[in-house]
Formats: sequence, structure tokens, C-alpha cells
Amino acid sequence: MTRELWKGNNAIAEAAVRAGLEAYFGYPITPQTEVLEYLSRRMPELGRVFVQAESELGAINMVYGAACTGVRVMSTSSSPGVSLMLEGLSYIAGTEVPAVLVNVMRGGPGLGNIAPAQGDYKQAVHGGGHGDYRQIVLAPASIQEAVDLMVLSFDLAEKYRTIVMLILDGSIGQMMEPVEMPPMQKVRRRDWDWATRGRDQHPNGERRFLTSIYLDPIEEEKTNLRLLKRWNIIQANEVRYKDYFLEDAEFVVIGFGTAGRVALSAVRAARAKGIKVGLFRPVTVSPFPFDAVRELVPRTRGFLVVEMNTGQMLDDVQVAIRGRVPIEFYGRPGGVVPLPEDILAEIERLSSDILSVDRDPRQEWFKRMSALTPAG
Amino acid sequence: MQKEVIVAGFGGQGVLFAGQVLTYAALHQGLEVTWIPSYGPEMRGGTANCTVVIADEEIGSPLVKKPTAVIALNLPSLNKYEKLVQPGGVLIVNQSMVDRIPERSDVTLVLIPANDIADELGSSKMLNMVVVGALLAHFPVVTLDSVEKALSEHLPAKHQHLLSLNGEALRRGYDFASQHAAVPA
Amino acid sequence: MVMTTSTDKLIYTRPTAFTETPTHYCPGCTHGIAHRLVAEVLEEMGVIEKTIGVAPVGCSVFAYNYFNTDFVEAPHGRAPAMATGIKRVLPDRVVFTYQGDGDLASIGMGEIVAAAARGEQLTVIFINNANFGMTGGQMAPTTLPGQKTSSSPAGREVSTQGYPIKVAELLATLDGASYVVRRSMHDPANIRKAKKAVRIAFETQVQGLGFSLVELLSTCPTNWGMTPVKALDFVAEQMIPVYPLGDYKVSPAVAVLKI
Repeated sequence: MTRELWKGNNAIAEAAVRAGLEAYFGYPITPQTEVLEYLSRRMPELGRVFVQAESELGAINMVYGAACTGVRVMSTSSSPGVSLMLEGLSYIAGTEVPAVLVNVMRGGPGLGNIAPAQGDYKQAVHGGGHGDYRQIVLAPASIQEAVDLMVLSFDLAEKYRTIVMLILDGSIGQMMEPVEMPPMQKVRRRDWDWATRGRDQHPNGERRFLTSIYLDPIEEEKTNLRLLKRWNIIQANEVRYKDYFLEDAEFVVIGFGTAGRVALSAVRAARAKGIKVGLFRPVTVSPFPFDAVRELVPRTRGFLVVEMNTGQMLDDVQVAIRGRVPIEFYGRPGGVVPLPEDILAEIERLSSDILSVDRDPRQEWFKRMSALTPAG
Repeated sequence: MQKEVIVAGFGGQGVLFAGQVLTYAALHQGLEVTWIPSYGPEMRGGTANCTVVIADEEIGSPLVKKPTAVIALNLPSLNKYEKLVQPGGVLIVNQSMVDRIPERSDVTLVLIPANDIADELGSSKMLNMVVVGALLAHFPVVTLDSVEKALSEHLPAKHQHLLSLNGEALRRGYDFASQHAAVPA
Repeated sequence: MVMTTSTDKLIYTRPTAFTETPTHYCPGCTHGIAHRLVAEVLEEMGVIEKTIGVAPVGCSVFAYNYFNTDFVEAPHGRAPAMATGIKRVLPDRVVFTYQGDGDLASIGMGEIVAAAARGEQLTVIFINNANFGMTGGQMAPTTLPGQKTSSSPAGREVSTQGYPIKVAELLATLDGASYVVRRSMHDPANIRKAKKAVRIAFETQVQGLGFSLVELLSTCPTNWGMTPVKALDFVAEQMIPVYPLGDYKVSPAVAVLKI
């Protein structure tokens, strides 16, 4: 297969098309607008649906409607736009229809900025819309991985009738890398046994309705438990991660997305200095690879969590490690991308400091950061 | 092996495309490569820069603090990046837009009047290819051949008539830099 | 069960577009009439099996229980966006939203205006009963000046609480809207006119002529604190002067439709 150079935003758009995307609904917002622009040309060319919605609220509800008919559908946005979509996501989760959403994250809260950030981890992994639901969240670190996960997103969404969210930061959206594009899949209109496509499309002409309303609390409780049961299956089967240099590692850096790949450079530099350090990069941040992290505990002297936020995945790592091994944290929030030198310095400190399980990694980091950047 | 190039200048100097040409060339040579621009409001009317990382293994960070090579197309870019070039690296400076002599003596330094050369070729737009050519004379990771191939395949259709002029600009820059470089002792 | 003989004339039966589920609406509420008009039209047009309805949040949140068609249930105000998603991927389906005034004219104003402006091939049945029914009769954008509600206890004071939104007039200004009319359901003659309008609205969609909306002035005896008969009088005497009945937008192509 030939590799071609693709800009991240264009690449995920084309990958979605090749995965059989039948309908796209979106709204312009930096730094993901190229996805919308690309699909505004590409979808009509293929006779598929493209609508520039009046808002992210409109876009996610168009996604919701189209998802109810059983087609492959997605929207893309960036942090503030995703906040607007949370209402729709909760309804989609409650209705148990498959939908795919991409968040090209930027600095926040509020209007923030358009620089690359990972501040929406909690929103994607732990929060989101109201009510008791979970969604699959995939965090690519390269454009090739984004393309591959884009295709996987649709398969997972349909397999589990769930939301799959791809979170990448603005740098992956804006950069270019060589990519091997997946083959073009045929659009298969699958008459799922739940899809509302009109009675004459259903095998027995039966009436179907899709809703997220369960007025009887017992019925809603059953629904919540059904969703959790499905989530347990997802957790057992769909955890994905990549690891580097872990064979003899005494220290392990954990980071996702861009922070994870920057950490790879730092880990290589540390190795060149003789420090036995490896990298663990979650690809599914939800379900989080709790077991895989836990398995590292007995042979690891210390962990370093690196994120482009103030320590969001850090909480999940702490849950996985349960205080058995010291954890340190290094974060650059607000749209600042850490550089390998910064993380290398942290690794060196990790391997020389007296680590303790009693240190609060976020507070210790905050003290070091405050010396550099007074928080005011 | 990993090499990094930062191309920096004013918007409109062809900074981003200069980086892309190097990126395509690396791809043609079967290497791993990333190209990342500065984007957003900072692009509008202000300075622009892009970072190209070329390696023979999976690339970690697409951004670097200390690049192997810098192409500075104006004074602000020289002021910002001169001190960051790795010792032993390459610094290409567009002399036409800079009124001071760089201080670094531990890098291969090329002062090239890129605007003047481009004007001589009949198009000020050739500026970016002149400096890319200059870089290639001292940055053997990508070859002049693969850059020319990249140009022929990726020059936008509306600029294809300028292909031979772009090639000429590359070679003029290359030749100039081959003859006029201050190499560290 | 009443037996009919060949000499009896059947003058009333449940439309086949209805399920046999009894509605939950209050006595005297005209939602039931509006539902029936839609059901009769779907049956007469023979489109029950290709219709997908979109229910709102409001008193008609359970509309999907009553219609014998596929249905989905939208977030509050978002029905036009959801319907857009459905219709765009299944353009041969008949897609309609059924929305109250809180849903359409308050929280969902963005979605309805945008859908109409895009000229979506949708039919919207808009129930204007001048208050939020489901939550217990609060002020709606459609509440009349001076009208008392549970959140305008002294009567709607326009200087601080604004003026009624006239949805039909507003949407009629949009080039994308092809058929926008207001009817009332306060007496049999008006109900017959309302049904004809509902029919034209669905025909507009089926013929691919653009966006259609029928605003239906409705009663809310429970929250208005009136008997059903008084409530009908209120529509005739108080609402119609503020919300005049009429055809606000009939595109040339719709005007020549033969029903």
C-alpha cells in the first residue's frame, strides 16, 4: 500500500467516508473546521448527506435522528462545541443508538483558545451529558492511528449500540503525516432490528419507536443496569493501549494522545542516558486500561503521568495503582504542548528523587509549576 | 536518526509550503515524517512557522525545542530561533530581510540574499524554494532529487507552470549555499 | 361491542393510524383532536407505513404511544433537527414533528427557524395553547399579554416579560418555508379547516415542495382553570385576536396543489 501525506483533519474525514459514513452534520469551529469543509465537498460527490447545521445543538440532534434510522453517522467539533452537544449525547446514550463524534480538543474552559489541549478528558471519559452512561473514548496519537480508530469507531458504535468519541487535540488535527488510507467500504444499509425506518421496512411491518424516556424508575433502573452490563462487555473486550520499552523498565511514563507521543521522545532520550524507563500509552481512555496499568505495579518503582491538562487521567491512574507505587505528575494545561526536554527533566527527577506513595502528585506538580508560572 | 527543521518567517513568504516540500521529499524517500504548522490567529498577517521532523523510526514529539536546522526568513525569526539551533546544526538566514550578522559560530551558517535571487529569477514567490535549496546543500537527509520530485507532484495545479522556475530556484539556492557557508571549525 | 347491520351507516371509527392506547390528555384538551387530524390525514394519504414521527417534550411527549407509525422522541425543542437527520438519510419517508409552544417557540426556536430556512421537507404540527402545559401552566412565549399563568401570577406584563411570539407570521418570512398557516380547533367548522390544512401540509412534503407548518390554536382547560367549553370560548375570543387565523405563506407550487 502507498503512503500519502495527509493533514489530520482531512485524514479523519476521508477515513470516515471510507468506513461507510452516510451522513455528516457539523458546525464550524477551530481547530476542526477542515473536517466540515472536506466533507462538504466529499459527501455530495458520493451522493451522501452533508448538512452544515445551525449550531452544535442542531448538529448533534441531526446525528441523533439519522442514528435512529441505523445509518453510519457522525459529527465533529471542538471543545466548546462539544459542550453544546452534551445534551444530545445523553439522549443518544439513553436511546441506545450508535453514533460517532470527534472532539479536536482546544484550550479551555470557556472560549479559551485554539491551541492543542487535553482538558476535555474528564468530560469525555467521566462526564458528558446528564445521567448514568458511559461511552467509548479513543485517543489517537498520530494521524495513522486517528485514521485506523476512525474506522474502528463505526464498528464499535454499531456493535455495542453506543457512542464512540474520538478525542484528538488540535495538533493532530492540524499536522501532516504519511498515512495508509483504509480501503473504501461499501455503504451497507443495515436494517437493524431496532432502527426506525418506517413500518414497511420492518420484517413484520411492526411499529417501532426509539426513546430515552422511562418514566417508571424501575424501568429506568433496568435500563441503567443494561447499559452497565454492556459496558462490562466493552471493558472486557475493547481495551487498547501501546507500550514502549517496558521489558526492563523500572519507571513508566503514562500519557495519551499528543502528550503520549511527546513522552516517547523523552523516554528515548532518557534511555540514551541509561535510565530504565518505558512508556504506556492508553489508546482507549474509556474503557481505561486499568488492568494493564495494574499489572505494571509489581515491577515498577515509580510512574509519571503526563497530560496536557492539570491531571485528569491522573485520577484513573491512581485508581489503577491504588497507592501501591509512587506516582508523579507533569502537566501543561491551557493549550501549551510539553516538549520532550521538559518531560525528560521529569523522568530524571523521578529516577533520582526519593519517591513516596504519600505525595499528592498533583499538588507536588503544582508547587513546581507555581515556581515557574505564578498562578496569581 | 532524527532531524528537525523549523521554517519561520512572515505570512506570505511561503513558509508552510517550504516545510511541506521537505515533508513530501522525506515521504518519497520512505522515511517517517511529521509537519506541524503554527495555526489560527497568529497566522493572520503575523509570523508563520512550521516544524518538520524526519526520522527512520516512529516519531515522538512533532515539536522540538532545539531543531537540527532553522530557516529564518526574517529578523524576528532569526531572533527567536538562532539560539535554539542544535550545535553542529544548520542555520539558513534570508539576508535580504535581516540587518544583523548571526552570532552563532557552532553551526553551519548560510547568509543568503534569497529575495534578491528570487527577484533575479523573475518571481519573488521563489524565495521559499531558494532557501530550501540552500538548506539541502548542508542537510543531506533529503536529496535535491526527491525535493524536485515532490514539487512536480505536489505543486498546486494553478502553479504547475512555475515548476521549472521552482526547480531553478532550488538549484540556485543549493549552489549559493554550497559556495557561501560558514562551517564551524 | 355494538353490532352494525348493513343498513347502519358507520360515521365514526378509530383511524388506522392510531394505536389502541388511550391518550393521557386532560378532558377538554384539544391535543386529541390535533392527533386525530394527523391520523386521519396519514390514513387517507396511505402513508402510515412510511411515516416517522418525532415527538417533543411537553404534554405530547407520549405522542409516540398513540400513532401507529414509527416514532422517535426528541430532546426538548430539538425535534426539527432530529427530523432533519431522519429525512436527509431517508428522503422517501414522511417525517413530521409534533411540537407545543414551549418546545417550538421557546427552547426550540433556533432549530425550527433553521429547519424552515433550509426548506427541509418536513411537516410540523405546532400546538399553540399559550402556556407550558406539562410543567403546570407556566408562561410561554405565546402567553397573551395580561394572561395569568403560574409564572406570571399578576398577568403577563409585556414591559418586563415581553410580547407573544407569532410563530406563523415569523416563519412565513423565510424563503425556505412553503406552507405556513394558522388554524384553530375551537369549533367543528374550524376543525374541518384545520384538517384541510394538515392535509395540504403533508401533501407539500410528499410532493417535495418544501417546509410546511400548521399552527393550531389549542385549549388547556386544566392550566387555564376553565371548563372545556369556557376554554373553547377563550380561544375564540382572546387568542384569535392576538393570533389571527389565516394562510401566512403558501408558495405558488403549493397553491396549485389539488387535494
